[in-house]
Amino acid sequence: MPTVLNIVSPMDALPPPKMEGVDVKVFYGAKQALFDVSLPVRNRSVTAMIGPSGCGKSTFLRCLNRMNDVILGARVEGAITLDGQNVYDKTVDVVQLRARVGMVFQKPNPFPKSIYDNVAYGPRIHGLSANKAELDGIVETSLKKAGLWKEVADRLDQPGTGLSGGQQQRLCIARAIAVSPEVILMDEPCSALDPIATAIIEELIDELRQNFTIAIVTHSMQQAARVSQYTAFFHLGYLVEYGETRQIFTNPKEARTQAYITGRFG
Amino acid sequence: MANEHLFKRFDEELSRLDSRISEMGGLAESQLARSLQAIRERDSGLAESVIAADVRIDAIEKDIQEHVLQMLALRQPMAIDLRQILSAVKMATTLERIADYAKNNAKRSLVLMQGAALPRAIGGIDRIGRLVQSLLTDVLDAFAKNDVAAAEAVWKRDEEIDDVYNGLFRELLTYMMEDPRTITAGTHLMFMSKNIERIGDHVTNIAELIAFRVTGTSFASDRPKGSGAIYRPA
Ligand SMILES: Nc1ncnc2c1ncn2[C@@H]1O[C@H](COP(=O)(O)OP(=O)(O)OP(=O)(O)O)[C@@H](O)[C@H]1O
Ligand SMILES: [Mg+2]
Repeated sequence: MPTVLNIVSPMDALPPPKMEGVDVKVFYGAKQALFDVSLPVRNRSVTAMIGPSGCGKSTFLRCLNRMNDVILGARVEGAITLDGQNVYDKTVDVVQLRARVGMVFQKPNPFPKSIYDNVAYGPRIHGLSANKAELDGIVETSLKKAGLWKEVADRLDQPGTGLSGGQQQRLCIARAIAVSPEVILMDEPCSALDPIATAIIEELIDELRQNFTIAIVTHSMQQAARVSQYTAFFHLGYLVEYGETRQIFTNPKEARTQAYITGRFG
Repeated sequence: MANEHLFKRFDEELSRLDSRISEMGGLAESQLARSLQAIRERDSGLAESVIAADVRIDAIEKDIQEHVLQMLALRQPMAIDLRQILSAVKMATTLERIADYAKNNAKRSLVLMQGAALPRAIGGIDRIGRLVQSLLTDVLDAFAKNDVAAAEAVWKRDEEIDDVYNGLFRELLTYMMEDPRTITAGTHLMFMSKNIERIGDHVTNIAELIAFRVTGTSFASDRPKGSGAIYRPA
């Protein structure tokens, strides 16, 4: 009998969900943007969300740390769990939640402050350091984890806005990391970056998954394929298909997923 | 295979790839048929023409490889497109191998023509040759129609080839033992029948590639295998 290489790991080998959407519905006023989306975000891995513009990727991502709360008229039904607890529970402190579930946006948005203060901001307001030396330590490790330390070590007092786009985005990642989150959400983090800056961020994402759980929205199929282990395809507010990235991009089960990722949508 | 891409040129490139494969398949088919005819009819002119035509198949294989390289780099294909493109390279390699075996048989047939005719042994070669020829035709049809069921039917018939081959092998051994003067010819005939049996294996590879490109998986069960009797001591 021929030996068959079993390259697909059995289902029980999948990491457990760190976060999970359960029958999530989102409304903006009367308009429903998400329909019964149930989707795990697995521990210490990268989950990519793909789909055509307006399909609800950002909406779902924003549910994970309740960023929709600040949108007027937005209403969320269903449950989003973090380690099994519903983040929409009344007892949950939203500020604490956002420290555990950090976010990096499409356009790098450093504060108009020094590089140092950009990273130190979170740890300061959350009281994560006892003294200046400890805070210095947090700033340094965060910048190192974000792969920016070497480039800025000698100019921490310079404004963060003076960095290149790719550096600014890594500064924002350092800022997100500084409060020791468990989950990092990224909404098209590379869309304003050139291919080299993009490659650096992608490499960073791949390293970060050793310690963090990451959910990323991207319009680049190649990026989703490169950085994620799990991929969710959304269409018109529905989750059409979720699976291991290698399966989604080599042999998707749903015709709509196939049409989208091969560039056949019309 | 699937419906159209938003980027139209991609569709053109994919269908060009398939038509090159079909063209190559047609040539390989004809090379096999003509090599069998040359053997059967002791036609040295035909054998020479089979040998000479091999370069055309090599050239198409190179062209397909170049085309695939460009598509991978420029189109960054995914899912069914990626499978179609990958299987095209493997198809091209496989068809090139098939044509190579046909060419080798044509060369050996020229040597056989130097000596006395061995009608019974030639009959055996012709039998296995026709069987493999029909499977090659069927698998190329299945390819043209993306017909996985037809491909699987071909895939399952490899066993028949193995059985005919094993019979032929024993038959040739018997001739050589009966009359040592036939040993040179018999040895060539053994290699020739082995070549044809290998073509049969490549036909099943093509059947598997059809399943891979259409469904992303291979056939469910293990292929039935012949008895392997020739490897056992008598
Ligand atoms: N603040 C809002 N108010 C009203 N409707 C909104 C709001 N934000 C999003 N929507 C609507 O909800 C739907 C989903 O939007 P969402 O931003 O989640 O899509 P997306 O998949 O992230 O798209 P893109 O790829 O363009 O970023 C869209 O129809 C959008 O118009
Ligand atoms: Mg969005």
